[in-house]
Amino acid sequence: MRSGVTIFPGSNCDRDIIVALKNITGKAPIKMWHKDTEFPNLDLIVIPGGFSFGDYLRCGALAARSPVVKNIKNHISRGGAVLGICNGFQILIEAGILPGSLIRNKKLLFTCRDTVLEIQDTIISPFLSGLKKEHHLNIPVAHNEGNFFASETLLNELKNDGRIAFKYIKEVNNDIDYNPNGSSNDIAGILSKNGRVLGMMPHPERAINNLYGGTDGLKFLTKSFEQIIG
Amino acid sequence: MKISNQTLYNINKNEYQTQQESTLEDATDIGLTEDEFNLICNKIKKIPNKTELGIFSAMFSEHCSYKSSKKWLKTMPTKAKHVIQGPGENAGVIDIGDNLAAVFKIESHNHPSFIEPYQGAATGVGGILRDVFTMGARPIALLNALRFGSPSELLTKHLVSGVVKGIGGYGNCIGIPTVGGETNFDKSYDGNILVNAMAVGLANKNKIFYSAATGAGNPVIYVGAKTGRDGIHGATMASTEFTDNSSEKKPTVQVGDPFTGKLLLESCLELMSTDAVLSIQDMGAAGLTSSSVEMASKGSLGMYLNLDLVPTREDKMTSYEIMLSESQERMLMILKPGSEEKAKSIFDKWDLDFAVIGKVTKTGRLILDKDGFEACNIPINPLVEDAPEYDRPYEIIQNKNTIKINEININYTVDEILAKIFENPNISSKRWIWEQYDSSVMGDTISSNGKSDASIVKIHGTENSKSHGKGIAMTTDCTPRYVKSDPINGGMQAVCEAARNIAASGAKPLAITNNLNFGNPEKKNIMGEIVGSIKGISKAASFLNTPIVSGNVSLYNETNGKGILPTPVIGMVGVIDAVENCLEMNAKKDNTLLVLGQSENFTEGWIGCSVYQEIENKLIDAAPPPINLEKEKKIIDILLQLHTKNLLTAAHDISDGGLLTAICEMLFKNNLGLNLNLPKSLLKIDGKDPTLHSWCFGEDQGRIIVATDKIDKVKFYLKDSNLDYFVLGKTNGSNNLNLMDIDTISVKSLKKSYETTLPLLMGKHK
Repeated sequence: MRSGVTIFPGSNCDRDIIVALKNITGKAPIKMWHKDTEFPNLDLIVIPGGFSFGDYLRCGALAARSPVVKNIKNHISRGGAVLGICNGFQILIEAGILPGSLIRNKKLLFTCRDTVLEIQDTIISPFLSGLKKEHHLNIPVAHNEGNFFASETLLNELKNDGRIAFKYIKEVNNDIDYNPNGSSNDIAGILSKNGRVLGMMPHPERAINNLYGGTDGLKFLTKSFEQIIG
Repeated sequence: MKISNQTLYNINKNEYQTQQESTLEDATDIGLTEDEFNLICNKIKKIPNKTELGIFSAMFSEHCSYKSSKKWLKTMPTKAKHVIQGPGENAGVIDIGDNLAAVFKIESHNHPSFIEPYQGAATGVGGILRDVFTMGARPIALLNALRFGSPSELLTKHLVSGVVKGIGGYGNCIGIPTVGGETNFDKSYDGNILVNAMAVGLANKNKIFYSAATGAGNPVIYVGAKTGRDGIHGATMASTEFTDNSSEKKPTVQVGDPFTGKLLLESCLELMSTDAVLSIQDMGAAGLTSSSVEMASKGSLGMYLNLDLVPTREDKMTSYEIMLSESQERMLMILKPGSEEKAKSIFDKWDLDFAVIGKVTKTGRLILDKDGFEACNIPINPLVEDAPEYDRPYEIIQNKNTIKINEININYTVDEILAKIFENPNISSKRWIWEQYDSSVMGDTISSNGKSDASIVKIHGTENSKSHGKGIAMTTDCTPRYVKSDPINGGMQAVCEAARNIAASGAKPLAITNNLNFGNPEKKNIMGEIVGSIKGISKAASFLNTPIVSGNVSLYNETNGKGILPTPVIGMVGVIDAVENCLEMNAKKDNTLLVLGQSENFTEGWIGCSVYQEIENKLIDAAPPPINLEKEKKIIDILLQLHTKNLLTAAHDISDGGLLTAICEMLFKNNLGLNLNLPKSLLKIDGKDPTLHSWCFGEDQGRIIVATDKIDKVKFYLKDSNLDYFVLGKTNGSNNLNLMDIDTISVKSLKKSYETTLPLLMGKHK
């Protein structure tokens, strides 16, 4: 699989996803510096987490206006797959690639913890087709602005079109507030209309080791990559 | 003098003002004493102008000169075979094998965090990270040690909320995981909170960067953020006591920008991977002053700087302001001549300022030009070598009052006492705090936030077909009430508890960074606390072969004459050869728990200075539990040997709240229960019996609870070890802790108060 990882000033999960991509596919992704515009054709672009441009103005707003975003849009129009994780999800929304908005967490606190995701019944998507529909994933979140907010109309549209990818769900025997940020309808990730762009707040690249964080992220990424090249 | 006074007046009136001779009044205004002012005049053979005086004031401040503590700091053990760099550099460096070095330091940001909690704490984190990456190391973990006042005070909630947000705000944004720390509350911190931040980094042991200037004529480079008027005299502010008007000191607090910090981190490491950097120093306390003076002094050279070339945020800044600004995210470097262009291209890429602002000289003097005028010309030596060193009078007061168990009458059952202990915010879960820190960024965190007694981060890239790789274990520890009662014993205890925590996570303790937080050293008893703690720390550190390689001293933590509990925080670092062998503190079902370092015959626990004693708000006038260093060393050695034989499944150090508190903490995670064995003499007694209480809640040192699924092998091994142990029982799924016929305790309800105490306290404040 030919993949690339965008790097903005302030990206800080770039190394983590590069390690995951390399371990899973055996091939290192190319690094896509935000000012660069010349890249080979790719199967997958990952926009990693972090605090691009310090989250100044609004999370993802400055990054969404970087030169590299034009390449991302071209890649999408060619039918390429894009995965935006955390700040990457915020950037996809700010760039108008995905709808809705991500506002401050309900408790107004940065939150880093494990969450349980329920995979939804979606349109055909390389990110979800490899996973059984009722399957749950344990994947951590770490963010301050992950509260997905949208109009009722949009929320209904996302639901009816099968574009809600994941929802936070309650863990058995755990009373802790299962939705870490107050997202509308517990939404943790959404898809583009063609199903090939996924934005998600949880960090699958932090759940690829059985010693810490578990391996559900590894499962998710592996299945996704198989579908993307398949 | 290149231009006339009159011309200077026309160009920059403020600069003209600072060029006037200073007076004694100017000196006392900025924290110097009359003696110090006279010493300065004698040493530089003139009356300093205001810029020169400002530079002296910063360098002579307690914060930069360590003038009250230096005499005693020199007595600490700092050497061992594995020490590459001890105190005196930006951070300490130890050899951890495989050509790798761990670079680490802890530093306080107490005074600024009280005045402005968010920025104070954030810049504390930023500053300690710069100390680590200045040495050429990539930071891999952050820890902290926090002390706040009474939890019921509204101000405390405001400070906790701000400090936690500030620590997270910087660490989360720059992308270094915050993996551990400790937070405690005590009314002595009402007017003076403590915010100590620790950073740990990794470097190639042959590519460590130092700060000593080299080569007269070499260019001096300024990189990073622009210089503004923030934090001027921060170092001096941090070297005095507070009064009721301390909030007026807000302008002396620096403002951090973690985004620029991230750019500076990446650009510096990128430049350091070339051969361009000869020496480097971050601009921390006392900004450009201390960085330039320290670099020149360490290299026995001089420095010339043209301050007109310093990138500034504001117009018409004076030499005084530029030299004393504590604007964050700045570095001073000396480059190999001819490499300026290559270096500049890296900083251009990261959109950071880069300026050649001067050169290294042979003069031994600090010479500064501003607006075409020579703004400062002073010898470097007196700034550092002649900085005052005081031998302040001290009295070490050791409380020898041993409390007998019958002297305290706490009329509660064991169950009720445990309920109170877990409602104590000092014991209860700090989840509300650590969930606000990104603990898993960088993808190498193995254990954080209390999963094991010490946090463990994998060393990136050390994994191979046989192992997940090597790891660094880290912890911060101190029990201030012990130090208050007996500074020597308390100092030893902090080191021993830290070492036990490292060992209980399965790692080998290696070295220490310490943060000595005290009140006003001009008071005999406070100076006694300082000297006593240093003696205690030194004794334990040399016994355990965990030398002190870096540290920080924060004095004058007093408001209106009232000082804090003495708080010498120990940050300890260790190494684990294979991270898959990390020992959790959470027990698993059907495992046997046994306590190492305690015998069947032990029935009277040490309740002096304990959390148990505090339950009745009894004034703590008692000796803390004694320390036996031989026993401490032995218990660590045997624990690690048992673990090497693959016999242990969990381990947890016994500290605040004693044996029963530690047992409950081990049962919480997996919702377990235990039928607890009691020593024979305690079998038939009442649940309110003071002897039973002392056994349950005494805080005797040198004890660790371990869990095993191979109890026979453990017993067999321990038989020859000459170490006391006592089998506590086998864990079960009942979620109850049974004390034979005496008491049945619901672990489930204790866990609930353990988890909810802090959120409830902070609730109204989010």
